[in-house]
Amino acid sequence: MDYEVRLDIFEGPLDLLLHLIRKNEVDIFDIPIATITDQYLAYIDIMEALNITLAGEFLVMASTLIHIKSRMLLPGAGDEEEDPRLEITRPLMEYMRFKELAGELSERDMLQRDVFARQFSPDYKSRFRSEEPLIEVSLFQLIDAFRRVMEQRLPGVQLKFHVEPWSLKEKTAFIMDQLKERGGLYFTELFTEAGTMGEFIITFLAILELVQMGLLKIFQTAPEKDIRVEPHFKEEEEATHGEVS
Amino acid sequence: MAKSLKLIVEAILFASENPLTPKDIHAVLPESKPADIAGALRVLKYEFEAMGRSFTLQEVGGGYQFRSRSEFGAYILKMMQASPARLSRATMETLAIVAYKQPIMRQEIERIRGVDVGGILRTLLEKDLIRIMGRENLPGRPLVYGTTRKFLEVFGLKDIDSLPKLKELKALGVDENEVQEQEKRAEEPATGSPDDAEAPEPTN
Repeated sequence: MDYEVRLDIFEGPLDLLLHLIRKNEVDIFDIPIATITDQYLAYIDIMEALNITLAGEFLVMASTLIHIKSRMLLPGAGDEEEDPRLEITRPLMEYMRFKELAGELSERDMLQRDVFARQFSPDYKSRFRSEEPLIEVSLFQLIDAFRRVMEQRLPGVQLKFHVEPWSLKEKTAFIMDQLKERGGLYFTELFTEAGTMGEFIITFLAILELVQMGLLKIFQTAPEKDIRVEPHFKEEEEATHGEVS
Repeated sequence: MAKSLKLIVEAILFASENPLTPKDIHAVLPESKPADIAGALRVLKYEFEAMGRSFTLQEVGGGYQFRSRSEFGAYILKMMQASPARLSRATMETLAIVAYKQPIMRQEIERIRGVDVGGILRTLLEKDLIRIMGRENLPGRPLVYGTTRKFLEVFGLKDIDSLPKLKELKALGVDENEVQEQEKRAEEPATGSPDDAEAPEPTN
């Protein structure tokens, strides 16, 4: 039976080394390199036997350890040169320092975990954003608005064939980015003056797609007013409760 | 007058969900002197602290915000039916490296952690805890990362200088010169690129 395990206990080779150093209760400045190397390799063997996908970095560290071990064995080589073990002691020290800093950081009072600020739901806010009551827009009104954009921005019929630089997917992502950044837009703002017919159509299709997926809210404040496009927060709202987002 | 200014400031802080900077408050009260607003904020902060209420006025990310005290967190979570915000150990470590060594390249973070951090950086970017500060003047123009204002808000930091200082390495018994020298060597590529000092400001 084939199966793969991803083990996060030792996230990387430095974590494994630290674990071995602690387990053996040895001094980080006087690492018994032969013992640690052997144990390190044994762990790699076990992990491979368990079919755990090993990051390439584990093997790089294994070869570094073996190299250091061999340099330690060379007689006389250590006279002038620095201790070959510094090659791993230094990065380990630095890594330990940041682990400690990360620990201090997570001990701070964290927003949404330990402390909380007042929060209003996006719906609550959008109720205040526009002073006028909102009217839902039908698909046909949307098409009318699109036709008006086409007439204003592209007077006269153009018949040019060329490769469309925008794909529907790209446009959808672009619109979502815009909305994320600005909170809401007017329908016409999504159609740039310099756009081509093809781009306008892609934009329009992207809007319909997003509405269908429930990611957009579209409305007017009055039948003749410009149509507003705003992100629909349904999913984001759920996400903000769980994690820092 | 001083008293009513204090209450106006209190009211707008109460009604805002984002931290308000003295500048934000001044925009609401253009006729008040910035010094008076700063004074009102100081008094409010002190008063809420002294009252011993369940929340205080805290200085975070350059602004002021009412926040509950940590001992009430569990009740609030229960009310919201939410689980506490959580960052994995690996994510915290990566965030700490970015916070203390910004602006920093991905390659340098990976050197310190000894593993690929691409996925973690993406998570941190999505959570708006880090941002791209610009590009290093090196082959391939690698991106450099730094922390955001949201980072300061989440960890209740007034500004980036309020991060707890790096502990002296001597305490750990290491020859500091050696480590510093090694750090210098590691940082060398990051220097000597004056145009990166003016990395584009984030749009958030």
